[in-house]
Amino acid sequence: MDPAAILANALRAALGPSAAAYALLAIGLNFHFGYTGLLNFGQVGFMLLGAYGVAITVTVFGGSLWLGLLVSLLLAVALALLLGAPTLRLRADYLAITTIAAAEILRFTFRASPSRDLTGGVFGLSGFAAEFNALNPYTSGIQIGFLAYNERQLWVLTVGWTLVALAVLLTYLLARSPWGRALKAIREDEDAARSLGKNVFGYKMQSLVLGGVIGALGGVVFALNLQSVHPDTFLPLLTFYFYTILILGGAATVLGPVAGSIVFWFLMAGMDATLRQAGAAGYMPDWFGADALGAVRFLVVGIGLMLLMIFRPQGMFGDRRELALNVR
Amino acid sequence: MSAEPSAVARSLADVAPEPGVSKPDPILVAAEVTKTFGGLRAVDVDALEVQRGAITGLIGPNGAGKTTFFNVLTGFDRPDTGRWTFDGKPMSGMPAHRVARSGMVRTFQLTKALGRMTVLDNMKLAAVGQRGEHFLPALLPPLWRAQETAIEARAEGLLEYFNMIHMRDEFAATLSGGQRKLLEMARALMVEPTMVMLDEPMAGVNPALTQSLLGHVTGLRDEGMTVLFVEHDMDVVMGISDWVVCMAQGQIIAEGTPEAIARNPEVIDAYLGRSRHREGEEQS
Repeated sequence: MDPAAILANALRAALGPSAAAYALLAIGLNFHFGYTGLLNFGQVGFMLLGAYGVAITVTVFGGSLWLGLLVSLLLAVALALLLGAPTLRLRADYLAITTIAAAEILRFTFRASPSRDLTGGVFGLSGFAAEFNALNPYTSGIQIGFLAYNERQLWVLTVGWTLVALAVLLTYLLARSPWGRALKAIREDEDAARSLGKNVFGYKMQSLVLGGVIGALGGVVFALNLQSVHPDTFLPLLTFYFYTILILGGAATVLGPVAGSIVFWFLMAGMDATLRQAGAAGYMPDWFGADALGAVRFLVVGIGLMLLMIFRPQGMFGDRRELALNVR
Repeated sequence: MSAEPSAVARSLADVAPEPGVSKPDPILVAAEVTKTFGGLRAVDVDALEVQRGAITGLIGPNGAGKTTFFNVLTGFDRPDTGRWTFDGKPMSGMPAHRVARSGMVRTFQLTKALGRMTVLDNMKLAAVGQRGEHFLPALLPPLWRAQETAIEARAEGLLEYFNMIHMRDEFAATLSGGQRKLLEMARALMVEPTMVMLDEPMAGVNPALTQSLLGHVTGLRDEGMTVLFVEHDMDVVMGISDWVVCMAQGQIIAEGTPEAIARNPEVIDAYLGRSRHREGEEQS
């Protein structure tokens, strides 16, 4: 067992590109769920469109990275409008059902064989990151203590965390504005908001579009990091990771989703490294193979999250006073 | 309660006490408003005019359709038929938020305090025409900061008036039931309405606070606002109303001054008939 190596692995993941991508997706979800009270269970659908928007534009149509980015964001806007138009006037549960179904419909459509010319079907798409890599200003990697990233990773990190910082700034500005106040009022009681002259449908739609677009940016970062996209990456499970991250950090807080993502990846990667090393060192019984390792990792992380929720239900940045209130 | 009859009460003294009667200066005029739920005709109002600047009490037994009528008028429920004008402008079919913006603001039978927002934020939310409520200007605080300061000052003034200023930074969920009623009324005033629709403003409020709420309701009238309120407590209704409308089974069965309504046999039958019946049972 090598604690330093375990810590290095965990930290690498906590500050890594996936953590940045997940943070963006959780920030988007924070607008939906945290501020507006919209139950979006299909955030992974926005991630998928973000990833494929770039991938398809560049590999299939030979467009530029920037065009791909634009396509990704427009697709996210379109999905939000499509989901919101029929459901946002109805009770909250309708949006929940529709979004989880829509995300799965997207995944199945993108992996179906008739879509292969466009999406690559089950094989997905790759080779769309060349222009992104060419923009890389770094010529060498970086080594801080036992943390090491090569120049490409460093470039993805710079872009990913810059986008996270911008999204945080956006959250900060909006949460403190009268616009954010109207969103919170809708979360608390939409009839009250309506009775005070707020266009509830309009606000919900703006929130859905904004959160979806930020989520799609997360998908773009995710795809550029892996340099390939596969439909079966975008499982419904991911949406629940984003919820875990959001609640872990504190819903309706500015920094919650970012801190949540960092801690989430730290725990996941740290547990993985610990179990692997324990296995290699012979601390584990014989039946404990690679399959069991994956399962136990989730089990332990799950228990950790449960403990956190029991002892700190408001998340890392939440206000316990607020959570203790008996609303309604 | 009011020793001297108010000016508006005097102007209504000559109006005939009949359902659907025309008023000298109506602010709200409704005609043929119906709403059915399945086979039940919840609202079936042929005509109603509400006098500007008056306190009109809407009474009626449970299930008379008072709240549904309220919901329809304020855009929270869609009627089957009906048209109505508010301040001369047609309002039928207008969505609730536009009804509120045009000056007709309602409160709810079950108070809707926005629990995880502070009392002050509850108030500030209600101001209309806020520049910072639009997405792009929201990102540029200099565009709305001055307006926000003015709104805050107005909110604090109202909180002071309602004796709630010491609660300004508390979460609304921590308020008592009566304080929530006060907050809801104060919040409605932030919209700067011309007409306030109060759905059972005294329900579940202790007697001392009832008195203070009553004072605030008459205060609204004295400020020139029109008040239409649903209430069950007959003492309250008779005490502060300039005009009373009685609904039963979806229809308006009587209207008139409080004195006329108190004597009206139709009202006694529909509303108080049950207690007379019960007395009869006790004797047998």
